[in-house]
Amino acid sequence: MSAAKNINITLKIWRQKDSKAKGNLETYTLNNVSTASSFLEMLDQLNEQLVNERKEPIAFDHDCREGICGMCSLYINGRAHGPDTGITTCQLHMRMFNDGDTIYVEPWRSRAFPVIKDLVVDRSAFDRIQQAGGFVSVNTSGNTIDANAIPIPKDDADKAFEAAACIGCGACVATCKNGSAMLFVGAKVSQYALLPQGKVEATQRVLNMVRQMDEEGFGNCTNTGACEIECPKGISLENIARMNREYLKASLK
Amino acid sequence: MAKSAFLKSSIAKKYWMALTGLFLCLFLTGHLLGNLQLLIPDNALHFNQYALFMTTNPAVKILSYLTYISILFHAIDGILLTIQNKKARPVGYAKTDGSSSSMASRNMAVLGTIILVFIVTHMANFWAVMHFDKKMPLQSVTIENMGQKMELYVTTDTGKFFPKDSIQMMQNGLEIRNRTEFYNKQANLKMGEGYKDLYKITIAFFKDPKMGLIATILYVLAMFALSFHLLHGFQSAFQSLGINNKFTPAIKKFGTAFAIIVPLLFAIIPIYIHFLLK
Ligand code: HEM
Ligand code: SF4
Ligand code: FES
Repeated sequence: MSAAKNINITLKIWRQKDSKAKGNLETYTLNNVSTASSFLEMLDQLNEQLVNERKEPIAFDHDCREGICGMCSLYINGRAHGPDTGITTCQLHMRMFNDGDTIYVEPWRSRAFPVIKDLVVDRSAFDRIQQAGGFVSVNTSGNTIDANAIPIPKDDADKAFEAAACIGCGACVATCKNGSAMLFVGAKVSQYALLPQGKVEATQRVLNMVRQMDEEGFGNCTNTGACEIECPKGISLENIARMNREYLKASLK
Repeated sequence: MAKSAFLKSSIAKKYWMALTGLFLCLFLTGHLLGNLQLLIPDNALHFNQYALFMTTNPAVKILSYLTYISILFHAIDGILLTIQNKKARPVGYAKTDGSSSSMASRNMAVLGTIILVFIVTHMANFWAVMHFDKKMPLQSVTIENMGQKMELYVTTDTGKFFPKDSIQMMQNGLEIRNRTEFYNKQANLKMGEGYKDLYKITIAFFKDPKMGLIATILYVLAMFALSFHLLHGFQSAFQSLGINNKFTPAIKKFGTAFAIIVPLLFAIIPIYIHFLLK
């Protein structure tokens, strides 16, 4: 890997005071950004500069900063989680950019993800979809059954695990031209549908989760496949097909 | 609940899109096989026989109603889905990078609308003429008998012809009723059934000195739209129906071939008629 150097960049960042305000893109210049820093560290550096200038710092979401919590978002240069594949915004590094670059930073755009402030959007629609059926009902009154007590075919376990890798970041919605949440919901439906513990409530789960997804105002999948490409966890379109099968089965019952 | 959701939910709408879309692919295949008979140099007989079959056979009747319903349902459902999808993103991005999806997949509604406009004009030009036009010509052949040229109407009974000349028709006490039926006036007896000459209409349409070239070009452009619609649509329908398994690579290959070959063969016909047919 080449040694880190410092670059100067121009940023066009969405600023919006609150959910009601009409936002706009603001232009900032930021000098001496180390290519070894992460994208979010670069934003920290910009915020420091803004605070020193007695300006309002930019609000953006983040938590773990290691690609596991799904909290960071950001639509960077026209792509969810920016250039590079299989990563979240917190895992994006400034070595992906060149000296003199102009970088667009926008929030996820979806009717179901309203902007709260600047780059922060409200993703509680995902929580409500999960609450509608993304769980298995287990009695936890002190004698919980060990999940591993039931043997599961390796292939099913692997597929369920791959689906469960979804961190609920919303990049699929953000990148989809239809603002569809089907990759997320497909992953959540699949992760349970593949396992014996999940089969018990499979019918109600898929019907309820899809109904909630539709009520939240997400669009309809057109199978463009953009979500699969931008998903930081490589969730496969197979999960949408599985959800469609599960939904057909459930509807015919 | 499940029942009402089966028409209205996002996923159910996609099942209907996929089922009607795939049915229309079957229709395209049948329609193409018929049209290709325009290329057979047999004095129009194969093609006109096919046209008669298509307008009279009861099984075809059922299929054709299914086709009309599919087109309507597919177009309405497609437009409803597209409106919903637009609403799902009220504020757009300042910068987008289209590299993660194909052009065709992002423009299904535009491509579909082009196809819809094509279908409507196509039906006005040929289907409506075939079904309703009172002046639709009947198929005839020219024969030479002892140095004299004669025009004869062809009938569904091989070997049975009627003179085309109206004076001769009168001399023989014949008249045409219901656009295609030859009647003996005095006996009120049906003597035979002619063929509507859709072949002649089609050739005249694409060979028209003023509009023929434009018609050919528009036809070919519509086939490009159809090709792109199917390049994404064919394989997409299987994904919508929940079929994504070890057969998917083969389905994708077949879909690509279908999306290229079918519109290409359709497009060759007007090109041949306009530029090559003597
Ligand atoms: C012979 C004509 C046509 C054929 C063979 C055809 C075929 C297909 C197929 C196979 C699909 C994929 C379905 C899926 O993804 O599940 C599709 C999608 C679509 N079609 Fe057509 N189609 C035709 C005409 C039309 C027309 C006239 C419209 C009018 C607007 C239209 C609009 C659409 C739209 C908007 C989609 C995308 C729907 C979505 O994925 O949400 N199509 N078509
Ligand atoms: S499917 Fe991928 S892109 Fe969508 S929420 Fe889950 S991890 Fe994020
Ligand atoms: S901050 Fe946790 S995934 Fe990026």
